[in-house]
Amino acid sequence: MNKDELKKILTDSDFQNLVKKVSSISLVFTAAILIIYYAFILLLAYGKEFLGQPLSEGSATTVGIPIGIGVIVAAWVLTGLYVYWANKNYDPMVKLLREKFRR
Amino acid sequence: MKTITYLWAGLLTISLPSLAGNEAIVGMNPVAVAFFLFFIAATLGITYWAAKRSRTATEFYAAGRSISGFQNGLALAGDYMSAASFLGIAGMVATKGYDGLIYSIGFLVGWPVIMFLIAEPLRNLGKYTFADVVAYRLQLKPIKILAALGSVAVVILYLIAQMVGSGKLIQLVFGIPYELAVVIIGALMITYVLFGGMLATTWVQIIKAVLLLGGATIMTIWTLAKFGFSPESLFQSVKETAGEKWLQPGGLVSNPIDAISLGLALMFGTAGLPHILMRFYTVPDAKEARKSVFFATGFIGYFYILTFVIGFGAVVLVGLEKITSIGKGGNMAAPLLAQALGGDAFLGFIAAVAFATILAVVAGLTLAGASALSHDLYVGVFRKGESSEEQEVKITRVAVLILGITAIVLGIAFKNQNIAFMVGLAFAIAASTNFPALLMSIVWKRFTTAGAVASMATGLFLSVVLIILSKTIWVDILGNPEPVFPYKNPAIVSMTLAFVVGIVVSLMTREPEAEEKFEEMKVRKYLGIGAE
Repeated sequence: MNKDELKKILTDSDFQNLVKKVSSISLVFTAAILIIYYAFILLLAYGKEFLGQPLSEGSATTVGIPIGIGVIVAAWVLTGLYVYWANKNYDPMVKLLREKFRR
Repeated sequence: MKTITYLWAGLLTISLPSLAGNEAIVGMNPVAVAFFLFFIAATLGITYWAAKRSRTATEFYAAGRSISGFQNGLALAGDYMSAASFLGIAGMVATKGYDGLIYSIGFLVGWPVIMFLIAEPLRNLGKYTFADVVAYRLQLKPIKILAALGSVAVVILYLIAQMVGSGKLIQLVFGIPYELAVVIIGALMITYVLFGGMLATTWVQIIKAVLLLGGATIMTIWTLAKFGFSPESLFQSVKETAGEKWLQPGGLVSNPIDAISLGLALMFGTAGLPHILMRFYTVPDAKEARKSVFFATGFIGYFYILTFVIGFGAVVLVGLEKITSIGKGGNMAAPLLAQALGGDAFLGFIAAVAFATILAVVAGLTLAGASALSHDLYVGVFRKGESSEEQEVKITRVAVLILGITAIVLGIAFKNQNIAFMVGLAFAIAASTNFPALLMSIVWKRFTTAGAVASMATGLFLSVVLIILSKTIWVDILGNPEPVFPYKNPAIVSMTLAFVVGIVVSLMTREPEAEEKFEEMKVRKYLGIGAE
C-alpha cells in the first residue's frame, strides 16, 4: 500500500464514519461490562445483607445466587450482542470499503 | 516421533506397577489408567499428524491460521480453564460457599473486555504474539525486550503453579510419586509443542475442553438428579448440612479496595495473558477472532455455573469433614463428589479429565513462552526482525525444550512451597505489564516508545515488589508480623500506575513517526487490509 492509497482511504468519509461507529460501540459495550461487574463488587462490599437474604419467604436460595449467575450470563449476552452488531453493521461496511478501494 | 511413542509406552509400563500408593484416593484405578493411556495415545497420535503440518513459522506459532472461530472458542476455553478453575473453584465453593462464585465471576468478566477492546485489532495488527501489536508503530528493540520479559514472567509463574498443583493432584489420585508425575506432564507437554506446535496444542485443548465440559455436565446433572432437579432443594440441603452462611457472601470481600484490586487483576489480567492472546492468530481473520470470544465466553461461563453446583453437591454428598481432610483448600471436592456419585469408575474418569485439563494448559503456556523467547527476543531483538523461517522455528524448538525442562525442575523445586499466590501474581503482572501497553498502543495516537517502556517496566516492577510486600509472601512465607502493602492483590496500584506513567512519559516525549504510523495503522486495524 502506498501513501496515496492510504491517504485516500483515511480521508474517505465512509471510512471515517466506520471508525467513529466502531470506536463508540466498543466504548459503550466496555462501559456496560465494567458497570455490571463493579456494581456487583460494590454490592458485595456494601450490600451483604441484601445479597444474603432469602429469595422468598423460607427459601434457601439467596438473592445473591441469581444475581451472581446473572453477571455470568450478562457477560456472555454482551459478547453475543456485540457479535450480532458487528456481523450486521461492521462487516458489511468493511466489505463495502474494501471493494471501493479494490483491496 | 515413533521412538518417542515407544519410549512413552515403555516408561508407562515400567511405572505402572509402582502406581500403587496408600496415599491415593483411587490407587490403581483401572478406569483411570485406561482412560489416561487412551488420552495419551490419542494426543500423541494428533501430535504425529500435526508434526507434518508444523514446518513454517506460521504453521508452528499459529496453526497456519486454519482454525475456525468455533474451534478456537473451544481451544480458548481449554487454554483458560486450568485445573485451578476446575478443582480450585469447586473446592472454594465447597469450603467457603458463595465466595467461590465471586471468584469465578472475576475470571469470566475479562472475556468481554478482550472482545470489545482487543480481539479484532490484535488479530489485524499482529503476527504471532501480542508484542507484535505493541511494537507495530514503536521501536522494535526496547518494546520487544520488555514485552518478552512480561510474557515470560507470566508464563513461568503460571507454569510452576500448574506443575505443582498437577503433581500433587496426580500423586493424590493415582498414587504416582510427585516427581514422576511432574516429569510425565513435562515430557508430554514438550512432546506436543516441540513436534506438533500450535496445531497439536490447539487440538489437545479442544479435546480437553470437550472432556471437561462433558465431565462437569454429567456431574452436575447427576448431582441435581439426587435433589429432584430442584436447585432450591440442593441449597436447602446445603443450609442444613453446612449452615446458611454458605449461601451468603462471606469474608472474601471484606475490604472494598481489596475486592476492586482483585477484580482489576482478574478482569484485565485475562486480557494480558500471552497464551490467550496468542490463540487469536490461529484464526483466518478478525471476524473469526470475534466469534472465538463469543464461544469461549459461553463455554467458560457455563462451566463456572456447573462448578457452583458441583461444589455445593460435594458439601452435601461428600461432607465437609471428608473434603477438608483430603487435600488443602478443598481441592479434592470435585473428585470426591465423582466418587460419591459413580464410585471409583467415575472418579477415575474425572481424574483423567483433570489430568487432560492440566496438559492442555501447560502446552499452551509453553508455546507462548517459547514464542516470546524466539519470535520476540531472538528474532525481534538480536536479529532486528530479520531471520529465516527455518531458523526461527529451530530457535523456538530450542526454547520449548529449555522452558519445558525449566518447568519440570521448578515444579520439583517448589514441591512443598505455598504456591497459591502464583496465579494471582501471574494475573497481576499480565494486568499491569502487558495490558496497559497493549491497549494504549491500539487506541492512543500520542503513545511513544519511551512511554510504553516506562509503562511496562513500572507494571512489572510494582506488581512483583508489592506482592512480595503483601500478606501472602511477607507474612505467610517470610514470617514477618505485619504486611508492608495492605492489600492482597497489587493491581489497583501497579496497573493504575502503569497507565499513569505510560501517559505522562508519552506526553513528555514526542515521536512524530509513531503518530504518523498510527494514522496509517487505522486502515489495517479496521479493515484488515494487509493483515497476515
